Amino acid sequence: MNRRGSLPCRAVSTRSVFPELEQLLPRVSKPVQYVGGELNSTTKDWEATEVRWALMYPDAYEVGLPNQGLMILYEILNEREDVLAERTYSVWPDLEALMREHGVPQFTVDAHRPVGDFDLLGVSFATELGYTNLLTALDLGRIPLRSDGRTEEHPVVVGGGHAAFNPEPIADFLDAVVLGDGEEAVLEITDITRDWKREGAPGGRDELLLRLAESGGVYVPRFYDVEYHEDGRIRRVVPNRDRVPFRVFKRTTMDLDQWPYPKQPLVPLAESVHERMSVEIFRGCTRGCRFCQAGMITRPVRERSVEGIGEMVRVGLERTGFEEVGLLSLSSADHSEIAEITKGLADRYEGTNTGLSLPSTRVDAFNVDLANELARNGRRSGLTFAPEGGSERIRRVINKMVSEEDLIRTVTTAYANGWRQVKLYFMCGLPTETDEDVLQIARMAKEVVRAGREASGRRDIRCTISIGGFVPKPHTPFQWAAQCAPEVVDGRLRRLRAEVNGDRSLGRSIGMRYHDGRPSHIEGLLSRGDRRLGPVVERVWRDGGRFDGWSEHFSYQRWVDACATELASTPVDLDWYTTREREEHEVLPWDHLDSGLEKEWLWADWQDALDEREQDDCRWTPCFDCGVCPTMGTDIEIGPTGRTLLPITPVGTGSPVRNPAFSPPDRAVTTPGAATGDRGPA
Amino acid sequence: MRYAKRERLRFMSHRDVARAFERALRRGGVPMAYSQGFSPHPRVSWVGAAPTGAASEAEYVEVQLAERVPVAVLRDELNRALPAGLDILEAVEAGPGVLAHRIDVSLWAIELPGVPPPEVASAAAALWAAEHAEVERLTKNGRVLMDVRPALLGLSPRPEGRADGGPPATGDARGGDFPRGVGRPVAAEVRPGHGHGTAQGGPAVSDDRVDDRRRGTPPCGILAAVVRQATPTVRPDDVLGALRVVAGLEPPVPAKATRMAQGTLDDDGCIVDPLAADRTVANEATGPTPVEAGGWSDALSRDIACAGAESTPTPGR
Repeated sequence: MNRRGSLPCRAVSTRSVFPELEQLLPRVSKPVQYVGGELNSTTKDWEATEVRWALMYPDAYEVGLPNQGLMILYEILNEREDVLAERTYSVWPDLEALMREHGVPQFTVDAHRPVGDFDLLGVSFATELGYTNLLTALDLGRIPLRSDGRTEEHPVVVGGGHAAFNPEPIADFLDAVVLGDGEEAVLEITDITRDWKREGAPGGRDELLLRLAESGGVYVPRFYDVEYHEDGRIRRVVPNRDRVPFRVFKRTTMDLDQWPYPKQPLVPLAESVHERMSVEIFRGCTRGCRFCQAGMITRPVRERSVEGIGEMVRVGLERTGFEEVGLLSLSSADHSEIAEITKGLADRYEGTNTGLSLPSTRVDAFNVDLANELARNGRRSGLTFAPEGGSERIRRVINKMVSEEDLIRTVTTAYANGWRQVKLYFMCGLPTETDEDVLQIARMAKEVVRAGREASGRRDIRCTISIGGFVPKPHTPFQWAAQCAPEVVDGRLRRLRAEVNGDRSLGRSIGMRYHDGRPSHIEGLLSRGDRRLGPVVERVWRDGGRFDGWSEHFSYQRWVDACATELASTPVDLDWYTTREREEHEVLPWDHLDSGLEKEWLWADWQDALDEREQDDCRWTPCFDCGVCPTMGTDIEIGPTGRTLLPITPVGTGSPVRNPAFSPPDRAVTTPGAATGDRGPA
Repeated sequence: MRYAKRERLRFMSHRDVARAFERALRRGGVPMAYSQGFSPHPRVSWVGAAPTGAASEAEYVEVQLAERVPVAVLRDELNRALPAGLDILEAVEAGPGVLAHRIDVSLWAIELPGVPPPEVASAAAALWAAEHAEVERLTKNGRVLMDVRPALLGLSPRPEGRADGGPPATGDARGGDFPRGVGRPVAAEVRPGHGHGTAQGGPAVSDDRVDDRRRGTPPCGILAAVVRQATPTVRPDDVLGALRVVAGLEPPVPAKATRMAQGTLDDDGCIVDPLAADRTVANEATGPTPVEAGGWSDALSRDIACAGAESTPTPGR
């Protein structure tokens, strides 16, 4: 049977570009990030597979490799016998220049195949500031930048990730977009692609995209036309084909215990931003923080079970050797059985130097028992909390209902129990914010230091405040809000710094980290932008824009200039997209993309914000009708289940893994730590 | 333990290697001893490190365990837990003495693809004849000048080497000022940069890592250099820098360096295997340990090191 041989369109064979690449690697920084071959990575025979995905994280290896989303899809796809998935990351400008000089295309790190040879190129966007990196990869991959320039010779470029909930600014460059959870979506796209290929690719690329679009879960931007009012607002967005639905729905994967990925977490060869093994303990969040796009678009809450988590940790540690396990979610201490999970894991891995961390914890869900479990087997890292707003008033506006008393009580206990360092995250530029709200951050930090010195009896404790600029995001109650102008943000940050430094004694123990307001301004442009920004993104890229999420590469002026040039013939400009407040009935660029949230509910929540009224969490209070569950046919999946983790006996000595090779049955079990000064073998 | 850093993984920095190694200890369930204190670390001591981009067949590391385990098991389990390309070649139980004190010279094989062997030979001769060869190196304190020549104890082109590792010729390329031993027949089975281990019974390098596409590329000169490890350490890049400064040698594509051996020089000027003293103990305890030795590295290192030591008397000897 010559099924594959009859395929009309994609590369039937390919080759490794490693020999060419290898010549360039001695001349670039951190070359190991480009060589592949990480533990738990996969290479497959090209010829033996039918559907081939290149998966991209449009940022550097050190950021992209630990990304859970991409890692999960990589594994799920490669588990299918007839599917091949390889990874590709953004190359730094030093290698980009050499690749252009020597004609080396964008490659995958697994088998160093040109990305242009794959059937599909899946790109995960965590942030809008990765858009220019997409263009670099397409261009290096010899794939036409614009969707309408591609033919059957080129991969189908599929976008996903949180930033893809408004893909309009890069709609020109994407062929298809998936909203929401990718686990099932990638398999469906794979099936549709395989069927179409087996049939001999009837109707060409257009037909494949139509089949994806009519599934209802894949957005194909080119099948929608956008019409504008004269003043620049959008009039409507309508399908331009019969088979294309008016709205595209987000995907929701239920019952996470059925999806225990990654089972084989990738272990980076180069140092990465997260040097730990992550296990997602639940997905979704209904705390209802109004600025938080992640919390809004990932509803409902779906918890993984205690046993499911325990098993993922066990398998993951056996396969990676990481020293730290991160229990990942949008607000990890909110898991209904977090105490059982942390205690169970700390018991299991006692004496193995395996650290536990909760990367995202709310002050009000945190207590010292939890903290002590986290510190039991590993290093006592700093504690991080995110009050987000300095004043009680602004915290009501953003619905981040943590009280200052809670915060002081929590950090006091932490300092009293041996922690020396607490980090606090805040935002600046929030809707209705005044100078006073921001100056309250300094007061709060000083209060923390004062209480901490008293509780610990020491003066060497520290409190670091980290301040990010607020960016209004689509599918949140703040999607209508005017973004704060960068000059205003900068002014408030200056006053805050003066306020912190005003008190020499306390200020000395307070570290302050922030960026100026300009990168946030551009992030705001892109997050609520529409298709008219496509030429702006392309212009910035052509003018050298790369790695916009990195302050050393970001150029505000480049974006300002590109907006001025490319938007000159339109009624809109940079400020129109950013600092303009929207009306209730304005058609927003993402209105046809359904996250499940009712627009009416979002608007009502926005009005509540302006009235400084808080909103409870539907896990503990009655449903407040955000709309997600009925629209998506989903429901909250939470405990408590009442189950606990059984100890695994025995774990290894000085290692979380028990290797029978080192403890054969005939050898006595040695007590950990029994060998004192004795020099062991080797 | 002696380990190799091969193929693509030669691009790992020492920090990368250390991280991967410590993870392999945990992944492999090795009963590690940890340091005490606030932030316990596994007791691992590194002896030097091949620079990023340089491969090695002779790196050394010492680990302290909480229990006595058979060294062959340790080696095999670690190899199972390490990424392919970081390969433990030999593990022995440490006897008395300090491993670091048994290492102060390195033998490097430097491949120069695209440079004809005669050109390599004359450049090497020029460097060998020079009294000083100052190269500039970028450090975090800015540019510093370093004299490479005093650290060079031996320098010898491998005759008519080929980039594809094909059978080398056995012609006599001995030159006037060259150290004795240049041009000696060289064992054909060891191919610098091409999975040395496979020929010598070490861990096999998986097929997809061995790239034979380079067959048919132009002949390439190969240089063997014995370097004394002083502070700052003279690295293969510095030797290449010296060849550029002294003889104007500019390889068209990046050179590829592999550390073939490390040790001290004995009275005859030969490189002494730093694990030799401990191996006797290990053999008694666990039976014969496969030793990755012989072939190119041993034969040539002995020749060059001996000759080098004669030409450049070791200070204090």
